[in-house]
Amino acid sequence: MTLYARRRIRNAIALALSGAAMVFGVAWLAAILWALLANGVSALSIAMFTQMTPPPGSAGGLLNAIYGSAVMTVIATLIGAPVGVFAGTYLAEYGEGSRLVPVIRFVNDILLSAPSIIVGLFVYEIMVVQVGHFSAWAGATALALIVIPVVVRTTEDMLRLVPNSLREATAALGTPRWKIVTHVLYRAALQGMVTGAMLAVARISGETAPLLFTALNNQFWSTDLDAPMANLPVVIFQFALSPYEDWQKLAWSGALLITFVILILNVVARALASRSKKLV
Amino acid sequence: MIDKTMSAEPARTADPIRPPVSVATAPTETPAPGARPKVEIRDLRFFYKSFEALKGVSLAFDDKSVTAFIGPSGCGKSTLLRVMNRIYELYPEQRATGEVLIDGRDMLAPDQDLNLLRAKVGMVFQKPTPFPMSIYDNIAFGIRLYEKLPKGEMDGRVEAALDQAALWDEVKDKLGQNGLSLSGGQQQRLCIARAIAVQPEILLLDEPASALDPITTSKIEELIGELKSRYCIAIVTHNMQQAARISDRTAFMYLGELIEFDDTATIFTHPSNKMTEEYVTGRFG
Amino acid sequence: MPEHIVKAYDEQLKRLAGTIARMGGLAEAQIADAIEALVKRNTALASTTVESDAKVDELERDIDNQAIQLLALRQPVAGDLRRIVAALRIASDLERIADYAANVAKRAVALAQVAPVRPLHAVPRMGKVVREMVKDVLDAYANRDVDKAIAVWNRDEELDDMHSSLFRELLTYMMEDPRNITASTHLLFIAKNIERIGDHATNIAETIHFLVVGTPLKGSRPKGDMTSFAVVQPKDGGAR
Repeated sequence: MTLYARRRIRNAIALALSGAAMVFGVAWLAAILWALLANGVSALSIAMFTQMTPPPGSAGGLLNAIYGSAVMTVIATLIGAPVGVFAGTYLAEYGEGSRLVPVIRFVNDILLSAPSIIVGLFVYEIMVVQVGHFSAWAGATALALIVIPVVVRTTEDMLRLVPNSLREATAALGTPRWKIVTHVLYRAALQGMVTGAMLAVARISGETAPLLFTALNNQFWSTDLDAPMANLPVVIFQFALSPYEDWQKLAWSGALLITFVILILNVVARALASRSKKLV
Repeated sequence: MIDKTMSAEPARTADPIRPPVSVATAPTETPAPGARPKVEIRDLRFFYKSFEALKGVSLAFDDKSVTAFIGPSGCGKSTLLRVMNRIYELYPEQRATGEVLIDGRDMLAPDQDLNLLRAKVGMVFQKPTPFPMSIYDNIAFGIRLYEKLPKGEMDGRVEAALDQAALWDEVKDKLGQNGLSLSGGQQQRLCIARAIAVQPEILLLDEPASALDPITTSKIEELIGELKSRYCIAIVTHNMQQAARISDRTAFMYLGELIEFDDTATIFTHPSNKMTEEYVTGRFG
Repeated sequence: MPEHIVKAYDEQLKRLAGTIARMGGLAEAQIADAIEALVKRNTALASTTVESDAKVDELERDIDNQAIQLLALRQPVAGDLRRIVAALRIASDLERIADYAANVAKRAVALAQVAPVRPLHAVPRMGKVVREMVKDVLDAYANRDVDKAIAVWNRDEELDDMHSSLFRELLTYMMEDPRNITASTHLLFIAKNIERIGDHATNIAETIHFLVVGTPLKGSRPKGDMTSFAVVQPKDGGAR
């Protein structure tokens, strides 16, 4: 057998094995999506977007949960993204040579991969326990704590991707440092930073654990941020575990909705990221 | 500078290990005696952490002239340029000692305002670095740092800068387009326009044409020739022919030392130092 | 001087210097042959000397081509540039030298037809000096020896003096006996040719100085040739 033929056979074996591994992995994902679609689509209805979560046995929708999720996600992003951007900027642009920076980066990375239930417990201790009741504020805070490390990381990475020559060129005109960052570097890194923020939003919009201890849930329409607030992940959690069939159906459709939103966010973020890479 | 009497001596007698280091402060060296050189560098030393990249360089050059710095990679020529506008201070582990006098004032003095220095000493880098904004804003950005101009006046300044950089005719119909949409050569001329828009006195060019094709390079060289009538220009180049074509005086550096500094014609026809000769004739580097 | 990073460049420069050396050798031999043909009244040798001038011309064209290619393709500077420019100049001087030698040989053919004149001995002496000058200057070129080149440059005065005195002597002969005029006139031109060869040898010496040192040889060359001002009065009142 020639050397070349042996190589071809080995190549074919390796290819077949990795193909099989890929099929094994993707098959589960496909099964999950299939289960979601099969169970969720049948429960989809206009009522889902117009009615409140029902008591068991009666018809209803998910409007209060959708609203709650949206409100808490927006607030968490509004709090978390700027903090994350500032911290990431410090790490990338101002921390040069500081001993604090590697420590901050390490802690941030731990936070990035910390189980979200721990974040929930933490906020429960410092907010819910202190005030004495669950609230949307606490929920948004917990989500913000998840947003921050993601945005810190992406901001730092994106700023580091901006070539040093651009910093030097801006500085060479006599530009003050803050202006270099805000007027030139942010502009150069903008798309990457937006992408990071969107990935963070995608992540928190599906988080259940931190909300269980903070925003809890609410059967009714509520816009009071100082009170418990309904939200999709917890509603899905409760309804799915319930023995009532119509609740379970709503849980399926809620899960489908969240999956769909996260998919869209990810696709947009990826599209933005690929464009920003081309620019840098 | 190397004493003139030395040039009558065959260059081969020069010691190759410790070359005679030029001393620019000798009054005979300034082409126009009596006139103070625009830039005078005295005993400049530069450190990357503990590595000494410049080992006591002294030289002076005049306004409205082009001074070229040549030498093999790592000889310190770019570093020398980066000291003159203190751009190295972006990196905390780098430091310089000695004096860089511009019009007699030491620019390395701690009380020297960095941004004012950089307004006076413009720099163009090897890779074109247009800002991620419109062509117009690329130019206006620098002007806005120092002046608040009404729209009409700003338009005039932007046009003047682009015109001086020989770019106006190519971009006048697309000033709103992103600077990154231009070709490499246009981007580099945009950077030159951006540097001269703030009306500096000295222009530092760090291998401004090394990333460009030959035709575009010629355009940049032609441009440098025109800019010479207004600015004091210092250029670092790897291309010796380029140094020969565009500069009035040439400094040859090696391992952080100034080996020879003389009229460009002299450096390229009968340099005094053996190492200079070997470098310009392509025997090492 | 160490070698170039581009080895082919060194080879081309070496080939150029080699061609100069060959051309110099040919020119030197031509001078020797021309003088010998003159002294020995050897017309056959004189004819071959005249013919070999074509070879020198060919070598000059070869050097021109090599130098032009080097200039165009290598963009030489400093010492390399001076080597190439020097080669061009020296080739042109050697071509002139060979021309003058051929001229001497041609006149040797004519002189062989007429009766010999007495001052003939002065011409080989001049020939010997000029041969030494050409040989020395070619050695100086091969060894980059500035001192030797300067010695050649100074020696031209000696040659010029010899030419001046020969000039006066020949004028006197012609006045004494008009039958000497044909031979003497040829000898006058031969002496002039030899003197011009000396001038070209000093040109080469100057080129060597430029080649090695990089600057022109300073100071004006001692001028020994006074024949432009020479006037010889006939003994018995030919002129008023």
